[in-house]
This record gives sequence, C-alpha cells and structure tokens, in this order.
Amino acid sequence: MPQIIIDGQRIEAAAGATIIEAALLAEKTIPHFCWHPGLSVAGNCRMCLVNVGFPKKSPDGQPEIDSDGKIAIQWGPKLSIACATPVADGMVIDTEGQRTEHAQHAIMEFLLINHPLDCPICDEAGQCKLQEYAFMHSNGKSRFIEQKNHKDKRVPLGPNVMFDGERCISCSRCIRFADEIAKQPALTFVQRGDHVTIQTFPGMEFDSPYSMNVIDICPVGALTSIDFRFHSRVWEMSFTNSVCPGCARGCNVKLGIRDNELQRIEPRTNMHVNEYWMCDAGRLEQYPYVNDNRVIEPAIKGNSSDWKSALESCADILKAYKPSEIMIIGSARGTNEDIHATVKFARETVKTHNIDFLEHRDPIFADEFLRLADRTPNHAGAIALGLRPQDHGVNADNLAQRIVQHQVKVIIAVQEDIVGHPEFGANASTVEHIIAIASNHNATTQNASIVLPASTYAEVEGTFTNVDRRVQLIEPAVTTKENERYMGMKMSRWDKLGAFNDRWTQGERRNSRPTWKILTGISEACGHAMKFTSAEDVFNDISSHNQHFKGMNYASLEDNQGLRLDKASETEAKAVMYVSHVLKPQV
Amino acid sequence: MNVQHNIESERMSFWERIYLPEIGRGLALTFKQMFKPTFTRQYPEEKWIPTGSYRGRPVLVLEEEGERCVACGLCSRVCPALAIEVRAAETDKVKERYPEKFEINMLRCIYCGFCEEVCPEEAIIMSKDYELVFTDPKDAILGKDKLLIPIAQLQDRLEFLRQYR
Repeated sequence: MPQIIIDGQRIEAAAGATIIEAALLAEKTIPHFCWHPGLSVAGNCRMCLVNVGFPKKSPDGQPEIDSDGKIAIQWGPKLSIACATPVADGMVIDTEGQRTEHAQHAIMEFLLINHPLDCPICDEAGQCKLQEYAFMHSNGKSRFIEQKNHKDKRVPLGPNVMFDGERCISCSRCIRFADEIAKQPALTFVQRGDHVTIQTFPGMEFDSPYSMNVIDICPVGALTSIDFRFHSRVWEMSFTNSVCPGCARGCNVKLGIRDNELQRIEPRTNMHVNEYWMCDAGRLEQYPYVNDNRVIEPAIKGNSSDWKSALESCADILKAYKPSEIMIIGSARGTNEDIHATVKFARETVKTHNIDFLEHRDPIFADEFLRLADRTPNHAGAIALGLRPQDHGVNADNLAQRIVQHQVKVIIAVQEDIVGHPEFGANASTVEHIIAIASNHNATTQNASIVLPASTYAEVEGTFTNVDRRVQLIEPAVTTKENERYMGMKMSRWDKLGAFNDRWTQGERRNSRPTWKILTGISEACGHAMKFTSAEDVFNDISSHNQHFKGMNYASLEDNQGLRLDKASETEAKAVMYVSHVLKPQV
Repeated sequence: MNVQHNIESERMSFWERIYLPEIGRGLALTFKQMFKPTFTRQYPEEKWIPTGSYRGRPVLVLEEEGERCVACGLCSRVCPALAIEVRAAETDKVKERYPEKFEINMLRCIYCGFCEEVCPEEAIIMSKDYELVFTDPKDAILGKDKLLIPIAQLQDRLEFLRQYR
C-alpha cells in the first residue's frame, strides 16, 4: 500500500489508485469536471491539475533536509492531472498551493472564454459545477475581449435530451456514458479547437433507456431535460430521499417538489443498488402517477364523504359478510408497512384466508443493466411478509372462478386496479361490493362502493424491499392533509412560508392517507383495533415479529443505505459517496 | 438600572411652573408659521411627480420585442417578503426562456428594491407609481398585464440606475 502525503496529511492509498481517488477516500475533493468514478478516465478538462513531488534524497539514500529543517521536496517540472496519475509510495501532493491555484485560475479562464454566461436562462444554474468553481477556483477576471464563439443551441440529441453547444465545456462525460454505461455509442465530438461540439452520428439518435443520466452528470447546463426544461429553478424545489417504485430494482432517487407537485426526479448515489444511475422510465412514468388524476377525497358510492363515515361504512360491509366471502387483494406496490398492515388486517380483523397480491411482470421492460421485468417495487417484501393465501384460501388465480360461484362477494383492493385487470376484471366488477384503496382514479374506483384515497410513495414514510432483498427507506416529499405536520420545515421555502391567501404555493393538498393507516382505521371501526400510530411503529412491529427483518430500524436503514433481509447484523463496507454536483444547502 | 428622579436639569423653572407664559410662547410659534410660505399640496388634484431615485411599485420593462424578463427567478429568491412568483416557460425566441406567469402581491411587497438590484437583465425596476389602493385583496396581486410598462415611460429610473451601477 503506497503511502502518500496530500496537503500535509499522510494517507494510505490503494495500489494503482489515482490521486483523485486516493484524495476522495481522505474526504478531499480535487476540483474536476471530466472525471467521474463511474466512467473511464478522459483527462481532458485539466481542472484537476495538482503539484506532485517526491522527497529529495542524498546519495546515501537519506532524505535531504532543507534550511528550515523540513524534508526537501523535488516538485515535478509541470503539474500533473490528479485523475490520471497513479499514486506512488512517498508521493507528496499539493492541492492548495500557489502553483496549483494559478493553474486552476488559468483553466477556469480558458473554460469561460466561450461560455455564454446565460445563467439566468440556464436550467443548471444553482447546481452548476462551472458556476461553483467560478466562485471557488477562479480569480473572476477574463482577458478575452474578442467576439465569443457561436454554436448551435437547442439541438435535441434524443427524445429526452436537449443539447446546447455554447454551454458545453467538452468534458466528454456524456460521450463516455453513452459508450460505457448506456452501451449506445451514439455521441461524438466533431470539429477541432474552439469549434469542437458534440453530435450524434448521422442517422442515430441517443434514445437509450438510460439517456437522461447524461443530464445529471453534465457538469454544466449543456444537456437539459426536454421534459423538465424551465419548469422550476433548482433552489425553488425541496429535495427528499426516496426510492423509485418503477421496478423491483429500487433505484435510490431524490424527489424535487415545488408547489406541492413532483417536478424532478434525480438518481441518488447508492453503490449497493444503482450506483449513480437510473432509467428514463423511472422518472417519466412517475410524474403523472404522483401529480395527475388523483383520488383526493374518500367517496361512498361515488359521493364524496369524510374519513369517519367512509371507514364506518367499510366496517358495516365487512360485518355483513362471512370472512370466507371477503377477498383481500394486497399490493407489492405498497411499502412493507402497508403489506404488514394488510396481512395483519386479513388475519386478525377480517379473519379470512383469502389474501393475495398480483404480479406485474413486463419482460419487454427488462434489460441487463438496472431495469427488471418485475414492475413492483416490493415483491420480495410481499413474499417475506406472507402476503399469500393460507389454508387453501382464494388466490389471484382462482379468484374469477370463485366470484362466478358466488363464494367471493366482497373485494378489498389495495392499490390495484382489479376491474381493469385483463384476466378477472370482467368478473371482479360483478361482486357485491368493492372497497378500493387507491391513489389514482381507474376502473376499480368507478365500480367501487367505497373509495379511500391512498397516498403514493411520494407522500409516505416507509420501506421497500428490492430484488436483492435490500430494505430501503423512503421519506415523504409531497404534503397531504395527513402528513402536513410531519412535513413542517421540509418543504421548500415558498411552500413552507406561503399563506392561505397566496395564489401560489401549496398546490393541491390531498386528503389521502397511507394504506397502513387506512387499514388501521377500518379495523378500529370494526372494533379490532390494530394499534399503529406511525409508519415507524409498524416497522418496529415487523422487525420484532418477522425473522427476516430482525435487527432493523429506520435509523440503521438510513445510516447503511438499506439493509438486506436476514443479514441486518452483517455490516457491509461503507462505499465512498461520490456526488458530482448538487444544490448546496442554503445558509 | 441607575435611574435618578427629580434631578436639577429636569426640574421645571419658576416661569414654566406658572404655566401661562408657556401657553403664550406656544401660540406665538403657531402664529409665526401663518406668515411663512406653505408647502402643502392639494394632493388628488395636484400630483407629486417623484424623481428617478424614488422606489415605487416594481414593474417589468417592456421592450419592442417583448418583455426583458427571462424568468430566472432571482427576484423571487431574494424577495424578503415572498411577494414575487415566477413561472417560466420556453419560447422560440433567442432568449429561450420567458415568464409564463409573473405575479407580485402588492400586499406583501415592502418596496425594498432588492428585486431590482439582483435582476441580471435590468428587467424589473422600481417605478414612480405610488398610488396603490385596492378594495379587494385579490386585486392586489398584479399579473403581467399590469406589470409590463413600455420602456419609454421608465427612462428616468433606468438612467438613475446606470449612474450608480
């Protein structure tokens, strides 16, 4: 293991590591644009130039001592780029000295020569690496008085990515991403010198299912999202950690909220799951799910109602039928808490064996990288928590038959569109009562006797268990009437401080509740109260009763970026969290 | 606290204590003012026109090609009273971003002029308009129709700003 000294700090680096990687392990970030730990090394931005030297040695092999009594250093004749220089034993690196600083100022001056400085228009402003370094590593002066270069603006590289040639600093991160991660080598540099720009190869389009990641890794605003363009400034949104519910992978994401509406989804680094990436569908499919066509009030037979009477009429329906006539369709789209409450509700309150969940498999969606055929985020959790029929109860496969035989008369559909289901949808609409716990309007909510508005993943606290059996925590980002107090100071400045008579802020404040809370409410109305007061309460009940979840709690899930089922006590090596550029917390 | 009462300097003199001479002195001051020139303005009929340095209602500059504002949102961010709401959208013009919605709540505005100071395009400036009376709180939220003022009417303020920039 080579020992190196960075800015006077002695650290032990892995053999073969580059200086920038070794520095990152010592929690020191060397300024850089083109380097990204998930991509190959290009070394073309020159921002990470550092002063590298070795101790001078006298002929007898002893280190030379200078007049101050310190070990004399023989600095290199030129600076070296930290991203491509491997560490060597005894190497001395200076990242803050005058020589390094001078080089950084010069590079920034070069990069800004042809940069248009249209920050007021640019979507990246506020989380831009170039903006950040212009403050931190530049003297703010330019000697360039000539006309700036003009290049093509607003060139769509694919269906989701817009390219602005003037803002590009030619770091080639997007080109390397397309080649190495998206495996669709569609992008390339064309022209030379200051005319260099990025284009797709003739006849090609950058339409990879992962294309939108280039927007996140672009250190400037050259690549913007066609879907998002100008919807909101980055500082106007509040960002909350969450997990993508699009498939069983469970990519870690951040949800950007403004006016109580989901505006932007960004991947969040988790080296155990998705590393730095996520797919385009994970973003684009979630906006309508969270923002549009929502069930906002409880309804009894199509008439909007309040929670108390809706829950009481649920209890009346359940009491009027035998337990064996009641079918509960749970959902692998719900959190572990929702599933646990569903199972407990079926066993203890309704006392039925008829409980199952539906699989949503889409083989076309799957690929070799992140996307999986299983389109539910919590399939593993549903299995681990026992969301399956017991003692020959009705299951999803024989449901249609049992409905025809009049053995199932009531269906409780938890976040599933059973009437719209291709197999038993037609039969499901003929049962006497459907109680729909749903977040969005669909065929089931139209046919249901009672509709109870459920919160989506963006509005609840909870956990998902992904395909690798990793339990991951999600936090609420969108405010509902139910979680208003919890959200408190987590909202963005505008949403937080807006008053009721301001025309802006708040958006639609829905009267929805998490599924576990709805089921707790029904069980209370039935007289068999499940005593859960918070999602954490439900999770603690899971971890104390279920062997798979033993030893987990919300705090440890957050600290370890999720824990695996049955392996909560095995600690994993902590990975270095690299974040290229984000909105800095405001002081 | 070291508060002293009935100290020499605060005690009234003999002439003050007998009261009537002081009344006379007060009335003399009043009568003296009657013969001095008046500064009172007959306000609604006779209007005061402020100079360029006056900070009245913030307005948006309207040029021949349209508004200057690119909806960067800095005014909204810097506004200490959260009076400004900006919603951006895309256009086909060279400046690809424009405010789809720009609203200033004049009940919130405190006329500090931070929005004008922070604006990178010199698009929002303080006007000379000080007559702001509303009979309904909803009328106090000014949209783009009321905010956009042709640049010709705003020359005084723009010149004033250039002097101090």
